[in-house]
Amino acid sequence: MRLVFDIALTHVRARLRHTGVAVAGVATGVGFSVMMAALMQGSQDDFIRQLVNALPHISVTDERRSPPRQPAEEIFAAAQIHGLTPEARRRGIKNPLAIMAAVEAWVPGGVAPSVKVQAILRYASRDVGTSIIGIDPRREPNVSELVHQMRVGTLSALYRATNAIILGDRLAEKIGARVGANITVQTSEGANVNAQVVGLFHAGVRSIDEGTAYVLVRTGQILARQTGLVNELRMRVDDPLAARQVAERVERETGYKSVSWQEAHEDLLSTFVIRNVIMYTIVGAILLVASFGTYNIISTITHEKARDIAIMKSLGLPERTVRSIFVIEAALIGLAGGLAGFALGYLLCVALGSVEFKSPFMDANRIPLAYSAWHYLIAMAVALTSSVAAGFMPARKAARVHPVDIIRGAS
Amino acid sequence: MTATDPRPLIEAKAVTRVLPGVVPTVLVREVSLTVTGPSFVAITGPSGSGKSSLLYLLGLLDLPTTGEVVVGGRATSAMDEPERAMIRLSTLGFVFQFHFLLPEFSALHNVMLPMRALAALSDGEMRVRAEGLLDSLGLSGHGHKRPDQLSGGQRQRVAVARALANDPPLILADEPTGSLDSKASEQVFTILRDLVDRRGKTVIAVTHDLDLAARMDRRIQLVDGAVAADTGARTAVA
Ligand SMILES: Nc1ncnc2c1ncn2[C@@H]1O[C@H](COP(=O)(O)OP(=O)(O)O)[C@@H](O)[C@H]1O
Ligand SMILES: [Mg+2]
Repeated sequence: MRLVFDIALTHVRARLRHTGVAVAGVATGVGFSVMMAALMQGSQDDFIRQLVNALPHISVTDERRSPPRQPAEEIFAAAQIHGLTPEARRRGIKNPLAIMAAVEAWVPGGVAPSVKVQAILRYASRDVGTSIIGIDPRREPNVSELVHQMRVGTLSALYRATNAIILGDRLAEKIGARVGANITVQTSEGANVNAQVVGLFHAGVRSIDEGTAYVLVRTGQILARQTGLVNELRMRVDDPLAARQVAERVERETGYKSVSWQEAHEDLLSTFVIRNVIMYTIVGAILLVASFGTYNIISTITHEKARDIAIMKSLGLPERTVRSIFVIEAALIGLAGGLAGFALGYLLCVALGSVEFKSPFMDANRIPLAYSAWHYLIAMAVALTSSVAAGFMPARKAARVHPVDIIRGAS
Repeated sequence: MTATDPRPLIEAKAVTRVLPGVVPTVLVREVSLTVTGPSFVAITGPSGSGKSSLLYLLGLLDLPTTGEVVVGGRATSAMDEPERAMIRLSTLGFVFQFHFLLPEFSALHNVMLPMRALAALSDGEMRVRAEGLLDSLGLSGHGHKRPDQLSGGQRQRVAVARALANDPPLILADEPTGSLDSKASEQVFTILRDLVDRRGKTVIAVTHDLDLAARMDRRIQLVDGAVAADTGARTAVA
């Protein structure tokens, strides 16, 4: 085996310029693959992070996944019901405090109640449709980033006025309201409440900053005209990736529909799958093209070395050994290209990561990049495999040659 | 001199080699011969008479169209290529008209090549043996040189050393002195003669030099691919 390595190294070393070109090809492929993987993964992670931070990990609502069971179904073994209009249920989650206590006992994370009401904000004769969310300022920090998103005022300012309200900063701008302004909140349930703006928040997601306002749970219940109403429990779990399993268990235990962030954004997550398929296809193509260079150089070497191959075979070196010489040369090119590509890819990432820019859609001012050993390992694995495959074809052809055909021609 | 081994080293049994083509060419025609060592055998004949072709067949580099080549008592035509390669590596040594050394390797490493492929010795033992072979062929101090730094005669002696690398009983040489001047030619011939006389090897050498052939033990003359004369054989053909 050492012999095979020695011969392979000698061949490669004698053609440094040519092999250099092949190595550079593989290095460029690996470098850009690594950079692209870092970019894609980075933007995906960043997006998911924002998604996970902006929304509760699990939302338990007063809905049920299937219509309530009818008495006929309870009594008879087989019953079919058509065109049923279920009895109007009292809205809201029953016994929210008991459920929260039960859930808090085992969920690694926090729970907070809320009341969601659609309303129209009216200020200085401007009307804006808004989602009003009634929250508990003491529990809220356990489930959302709202505390850290406050721009003016604090969450506890909600306790200061009778009907205090915190607006998204873009929403406030839209209606022209400042802290201290008195605005009117109207709901379809017929409530009409005067509220005082006590704070502004900025979540960084346009749709939220433009269309959301926070009040106390009690105020929310007044707006919904239903005392004691809690129509959503929001949960945050320590491991966001476990949200799906936790949601399933909560739903099993409470009977209320529990939606994890993954379920809520299944469409988005599936576009990530498509995005990754596209990325890996392109990366694979780049590395495949890079391996053409390897094919070229190995082909050239086997042609130049036809006489040496004949000599080695005539001495009795087996075909397998001769073939592995050139396969190893291809692997060496792939390996060298891969290592150089690591450096190139890392430098490209650092360079990209240092570019600052301003975006109207994002708060981030740097391109999000993910550094992962996997990107490097996968790129190396693909580069090595394609190089070896590219080298294998000419190597096999060269090793099959009959030495006599060449020796006869030479002597 | 080593005692004569009655078992034949190599036998050709009615070996015929036809090159297929629009007009098939007969390279070797019905050649039967038995070589028992140690012996210095010359294959002579006019140019194009099939001397090289016969040597390639004896050396398992080529396969006969019909007939059988038996090496050390083993029929070879039914063997697969790795098996034939193994026999070449361990029991046959080749010397060609042109030295056919690997140009990027030193003389020493060229001699070590078959040993490393066989991997029967340790690295140190291979080096010692290769140096010993080069010394015995008058190449002390030239081991580190690449083929292009050696003269034609020196290269051919390195090729002989390489043929001896795995200590094979049989050396096949195709016009080993064909490309050398008379002085270098004489040197290489003496070496081959010594291999037979002192080391008990058997050498089958193609030559068109009748003076050299006369100084060998046995002469097989080919005409048009067939044996025309076979003189000087010490053992009768079985
Ligand atoms: N590849 C080939 N195609 C056609 N004829 C060939 C080929 N190789 C050799 N020959 C012919 O075969 C005959 C024997 O060649 P060779 O064994 O090299 O003879 P020698 O070594 O005695 O000069 C010659 O007539 C040569 O022209
Ligand atoms: Mg010839």
